[in-house]
Amino acid sequence: MKILVCISKTPETTAKIAFTDNNTALDPNGVQFILNPYDEWFALVRALELKEELGGTVTVINVGPASNDVIIRKALAIGADEAIRVDAEATGARFVADQVANYAKGNDYDLILTGKETIDYNGSEVGSMIAELLELPFQSFARELTMEGDNVIITREIEGGTEKSKSQLPLVVSAAKGMAEQRIPNMRGIMMAKRKPLNVIPAVESSDGTKLSTYSLPAEKSSVKMIDPENMDELVRLLKEEAKVI
Amino acid sequence: MVLVYAENQDGKIKKSAHEIVTFGYKTAQSMGTECVALVIGNVVDAASLGKYGASKVIQVNSSQLESFDSQAYAQAISEVAGQVGAKLVVLTHNYSGKALLGRLGVKLNAGVVSGVIQLPETEGGNFKVRKVVFSGKAFAEYEINSDIKVISLAGNSLKPEIVAEDVEVSNLELSINDRKVEVIEVNIQAGDVAPLPEAELVVSAGRGMKGPENWNIIEELARELGATTACSRPVSDSGWRPHHEHVGQTGIAIKPNLYIAAGISGAIQHLAGVSSSKCIVVINKDPEAPFFKAADYGVCADLFDVVPKLTESLKKAKA
Ligand SMILES: Cc1cc2nc3c(=O)[nH]c(=O)nc-3n(C[C@H](O)[C@H](O)[C@H](O)COP(=O)(O)OP(=O)(O)OC[C@H]3O[C@@H](n4cnc5c(N)ncnc54)[C@H](O)[C@@H]3O)c2cc1C
Ligand SMILES: Nc1ncnc2c1ncn2[C@@H]1O[C@H](COP(=O)(O)O)[C@@H](O)[C@H]1O
Repeated sequence: MKILVCISKTPETTAKIAFTDNNTALDPNGVQFILNPYDEWFALVRALELKEELGGTVTVINVGPASNDVIIRKALAIGADEAIRVDAEATGARFVADQVANYAKGNDYDLILTGKETIDYNGSEVGSMIAELLELPFQSFARELTMEGDNVIITREIEGGTEKSKSQLPLVVSAAKGMAEQRIPNMRGIMMAKRKPLNVIPAVESSDGTKLSTYSLPAEKSSVKMIDPENMDELVRLLKEEAKVI
Repeated sequence: MVLVYAENQDGKIKKSAHEIVTFGYKTAQSMGTECVALVIGNVVDAASLGKYGASKVIQVNSSQLESFDSQAYAQAISEVAGQVGAKLVVLTHNYSGKALLGRLGVKLNAGVVSGVIQLPETEGGNFKVRKVVFSGKAFAEYEINSDIKVISLAGNSLKPEIVAEDVEVSNLELSINDRKVEVIEVNIQAGDVAPLPEAELVVSAGRGMKGPENWNIIEELARELGATTACSRPVSDSGWRPHHEHVGQTGIAIKPNLYIAAGISGAIQHLAGVSSSKCIVVINKDPEAPFFKAADYGVCADLFDVVPKLTESLKKAKA
């Protein structure tokens, strides 16, 4: 099985967020960047498990600058066979999807995996765009993915529950929690990663109708009003009359 | 024209659809145009979307659309968008909306933004929308300048408003390409309350509950309020509660009017999914619990005392 896993870089969740350039760019100072957890823990690890079970190769692809090589090497250390980096800033979902689709087009992947979303912008856009660009079916928010002969059996999240379905390859899938268990790279993996191929390719033309204009920070939360535990009537009154939410 | 895809559940319009039709109607007004609603499958109350401002409802049917498939549904929506000359397509920011948004963006060659939280700014022919980014720590404003635009609206972002009467529903039979995904089984565990992403009132509990056998007090409080229940990640990870209740960075992000959190410490990854709630009540016995910093109202006490008392007070207030 030939699998392509899309990996992205995001600020770690506890990072303090500040902006520069007139609130048009994230200030990277002091922010630690990580592999997007859905890509690393679920999409990549499930891809590796499928390869271990059925044979094949796992390629990771990232659209980003050279400074992303650190996270790409991590994916190789976890077990991917090779990596592709499209050498350009990931300016938006459409740009990324155009790059991935363009690379995947000539390469006959059976399965293209993404994370369900990145944890910084929570776009949930790239996977479905890639599927459309390649005219492939798409299964989103997959919690389980198994092969039954030529069929892919997927259990995905839907409102208030799950849905089980059968699809054929090739297929694009976005991975949610439950699909696999996180793997920590070991020493051998880290050593091997240094010798694995990381091919840098140029970006193709793409145009995106969406442009980020500015960032802003939420208003400071006014301090919490503590309520006497013996007086829940007062809390009910405040919820009704002050907050007006019930 | 603004085209709104109004979802239904078992042939009945969902509450989230009232919300996005209201959104579509108001946006259409600001753009000097009309709002058309699209429903897929037979929907008994499709005409009622007129009340929320749809000038027309188009009901689409095809044997390929009997259950959800992003490819088939995107084809249907984009064909209707073409027929009505839609300049803006509005979806719900839920599981199906997320699977459709990117596809429609590509099909219609449209700029997309997911999870929009308020009406767009449309002055001077511009189109600017806002969403929450960086785990609730900031907002981002996007400008969409493509001829056609596709956006999805985050749940509970504006109040549905009744502005008119029922309208005519026109039926449209489409021929949709054979789908490549076959649904085998659907398993819905949620009861008759609003699903979490749409819920206005949410009662949530964490590891402070000690075990799944104690959840009755949370369920009673939720029942009294008509609220939906949620939980922290360790709770669903340990199988105390079903996975669809898990909120936070790795679960779902919600923005109800009221979020009551009992026995949840308020870790940043938890806050990532709930900090956009309008009003947060935290019940925790530890005065140092970080959640108090994000709360509007706090009760520092044993939840096993406080939660039943709160339920009692609500009952009393109702009587
Ligand atoms: C990458 C990553 C992603 C994550 N994603 C999520 C996510 O999506 N959602 C999420 O929730 N977590 C997430 N977490 C986990 C998160 O960091 C916390 O560990 C988790 O939220 C803690 O859950 P909790 O508050 O229920 O438990 P605890 O942190 O153990 O807190 C229990 C609280 O209950 C209080 N308590 C105990 N007994 C009582 C009592 N009798 N009365 C009143 N109060 C009591 C305690 O004082 C304490 O504050 C994630 C972590 C990581 C690393
Ligand atoms: N710059 C990127 N390079 C490669 N893959 C990406 C990139 N950005 C996003 N993705 C993939 O698309 C998924 C969804 O991202 P998003 O649509 O931005 O929420 C991520 O989980 C990744 O798998």
